[in-house]
Amino acid sequence: MDKIPILRLGNFLLVTIQVDLYDRLALNLEADLVQMVNKTNARGVLIDISAVTIVDSFMGRIIGNIASMSKILDAETVVVGMQPAVAITLIELGLPLKGVHTALDMERGMSLLKSMIDIDGEDIDQESTDDGIITQ
Amino acid sequence: MVLSLSKDTVQVLKEQDVVFLKNRVKEVAVKIKMGLVNQTRLLTAASELVRNMMRYANGGVCQIEVVSSGRNNGVRLIFTDKGPGIPDITAAMRDGFSTGKSLGLGLPGTKRLVNEFDIKSKVGEGTTVTIIKWANG
Repeated sequence: MDKIPILRLGNFLLVTIQVDLYDRLALNLEADLVQMVNKTNARGVLIDISAVTIVDSFMGRIIGNIASMSKILDAETVVVGMQPAVAITLIELGLPLKGVHTALDMERGMSLLKSMIDIDGEDIDQESTDDGIITQ
Repeated sequence: MVLSLSKDTVQVLKEQDVVFLKNRVKEVAVKIKMGLVNQTRLLTAASELVRNMMRYANGGVCQIEVVSSGRNNGVRLIFTDKGPGIPDITAAMRDGFSTGKSLGLGLPGTKRLVNEFDIKSKVGEGTTVTIIKWANG
């Protein structure tokens, strides 16, 4: 059984989809990712689909689901690296992926995520420094 | 006048067959020099139709053909299943209509992605969907 790895990077989860998704794989990813968000308290999810050549209505729905599920667990989702042909096909199919944030590449996706959760990020930093400093 | 140049049949019963079918369709599309965007449209359409076949009819058969009309070459796919059939095709072709738990984009969306689309269905006997995507269309 194939599995798509989910990497943790600070407050974010990083998913790079290197194969064309089939239904079972996409469903497993949805379940794994939502569980990981919960387990790691991640604030953001970055999904790289630059190697994905087909996104049909089912995969599109899964991507939308991941974004909505993460949202109610207080994590933002950004999809990066969509191929132009995939974007054309998605719109013609009638699937505008509403509510899913997108960015052209990993770098822009990362800064978009950071800007979305900036305020909270500072809070966490302060907390950690507070912990580190011995109070008088 | 649409001429058939080559024919190939793929049985789709398991999820692995779906991957095999998509690869075969891609091979044929590349062979007739279909552009990348049209390839993506054709493969996405095939993906939608094969999912319908798996979900509602427990699989079926797909015939892959290279067709030619004048100077234009294309790929014709004929999906045939012996499933329950579609009682109301007009409703099934409407955006947002679904008897399953999906978005109801499959059939109308597929029609928008290809050049020619034909669906025939008889309740209790099965459904046949035929699509054509031209290499430059």
